[in-house]
Amino acid sequence: MQDFVLLAANLDRLIQALRAAGYQVMGPTLRDGAIVYDEIHAVGDLPQGWGDDQEKGRYRLKRRQDGAYFGYAAGPHSWKKFLQLPRRPVWQAQKTGHSMQITAAVETVPAMAFLGVRSCELHAIAAQDRVFVTDQYRNDSYSQRRAKLFTVAVNCTSAAATCFCTSMQTGPGVTLPCDLEMTEVIDGAEHFFLLRGGSADGEEILRQLPLSPATERHHRLAQDAVRRTAEQMAQGPRHFDSADLQALLYRNYDSPSWDQVADRCLSCANCTMACPTCFCSTVEDTTDLSGDHAERWERWDSCFTGDFSYISGGAVRADTRSRYRQWMTHKLATWYDQFGSSGCVGCGRCIAWCPVGIDITEEVQRIREAESG
Amino acid sequence: MTPAIYRIDSRVEEFPGTCTVRISPESAGGARRCSAGQFNMLYAFGAGEVPISMSGLQGDGSYVHTIRIQGLVTRALHRLNEGDSLGVRGPFGCGWPMDKVAGRQLLVVAGGLGMAPLRPIVQALMAGSARPASVQLFYGARRPQEMLYAAEVEQWSRALKVVTTVDHADTGWPGQIGVITKPLGAASVDIENALVFLCGPEVMMRFCIQVLLAKGVATEAIYLSMERNMKCAIGHCGHCQWGPNFVCKDGPVFCYRDIRPWFDIRAL
Repeated sequence: MQDFVLLAANLDRLIQALRAAGYQVMGPTLRDGAIVYDEIHAVGDLPQGWGDDQEKGRYRLKRRQDGAYFGYAAGPHSWKKFLQLPRRPVWQAQKTGHSMQITAAVETVPAMAFLGVRSCELHAIAAQDRVFVTDQYRNDSYSQRRAKLFTVAVNCTSAAATCFCTSMQTGPGVTLPCDLEMTEVIDGAEHFFLLRGGSADGEEILRQLPLSPATERHHRLAQDAVRRTAEQMAQGPRHFDSADLQALLYRNYDSPSWDQVADRCLSCANCTMACPTCFCSTVEDTTDLSGDHAERWERWDSCFTGDFSYISGGAVRADTRSRYRQWMTHKLATWYDQFGSSGCVGCGRCIAWCPVGIDITEEVQRIREAESG
Repeated sequence: MTPAIYRIDSRVEEFPGTCTVRISPESAGGARRCSAGQFNMLYAFGAGEVPISMSGLQGDGSYVHTIRIQGLVTRALHRLNEGDSLGVRGPFGCGWPMDKVAGRQLLVVAGGLGMAPLRPIVQALMAGSARPASVQLFYGARRPQEMLYAAEVEQWSRALKVVTTVDHADTGWPGQIGVITKPLGAASVDIENALVFLCGPEVMMRFCIQVLLAKGVATEAIYLSMERNMKCAIGHCGHCQWGPNFVCKDGPVFCYRDIRPWFDIRAL
């Protein structure tokens, strides 16, 4: 497959080509002291020259000296907010005498292009696809958004300390299909993107860009950048062998480590909101003041809330111990039974955005140690 | 997925706070196949939706549901009268394995409202279908006034072996007093050939399973219906997760052999 070089000075041409093709371009931008995902109109919206410093319960922006556009790691947002909307109308109902009519909410679904999707995030989208598109039932809202999606994936050259994609086999190099794949390379004064088409739509966009053919040297520089990221993670404290996670957790439903994590966990649901694969939702039914018009809305929900498991007689998971156990065991074990993959992609969001600094990789280690005595 | 509009054809108050309704689609052509053990999501205007099991199989596109007041939505549903409308999504889930009944010694074990999803089984047996070798119904309730389908149970007891127990009785109660595990434990069971359909509060099912296993009934011969919070009924909302299972689509009826490791974990 032919690879091309796009000079960083021409990155805006990519954004404009996507916009001209009818896509609403979504990508990283600086807001509220973080790099978040929002609509991108021009290259100036991108967080050029910004990186981040992440640790347990910590996220800080950090200036970079190299002018990189994609020199940051996963932030508080994930792409799921564009595919599984945080809040959406489901239907409206109108009462007339003894009867009622129910009308499905009509959504205007935009064609979106995600700019700068990391490999871990492609895996997260694929995980949600298995819930909402290819499972027994299809979620129309998600499926329609997904079907129109164009993805510009970025080989990851900036891992945070919280990242552990190498442990979950989801990165840092792109390993799933996308429409365009790119690697940002900064070598001295040289700043370019190595680009590769992954679909007919992607090739079509490529044809509109001022590209030059990639040489051996371009390839080597790009590969080196990704390899360094993988090495950084492999040498970091969060690297672990995930091969036996499912069996480990299934053996340890009664581990004393659950009590320990429950002592610290606030049951605040932050991890589930930041997680790119967490898919739980609930519905709210309301009426207006006349009582004749009702609506149903769907919104994100979390297994950490008190009423999540409510049945007649009370909540099944009444304490934090059982809720944290449900969340972590679902991510790392039962997800395999349900959807044939891990529910964790190793992006580290739950670690950085936990207000008390609970680290899922540490909890795995704690369970392992408790088991081995 | 929007609900279809159904109208209440008939409504019977079983006992205060619990009613059984028969509902038909407002517009024709809405009839969908359903089986015993499955459930519908019933929508009360503006109040919300709740999962309610099939309490009868009409075969004509109408549904029968028994509703007990538990919260706001069931209260709103219970308040509806004949002629009122409600929304219906369904049917959902996996029902009782009726294909396994032929030639077996069938034990139907119900506790309280757990009789509701088992009623279509007994009705089918009364109508001569499924051809089990024998049938025993064990039905426990809190008090005599809280027995569902009282007149029908009386009829059933003339054709089938029916054992009823209540926790608290008044004078004039002809059945047994105590929990259902006692007569279940005393029943003669052909362990090679037994098949058990079990539904009731989780604690009641737990004790019944202990009794059945102690008698030598095989784990694969026991089927039970589980209850968990259900919002979407199609495996998307995540609420009904129970270990690796989504109760809404993998259940609510499970074979005990398949869920045994999960059944023993509390607060799962």
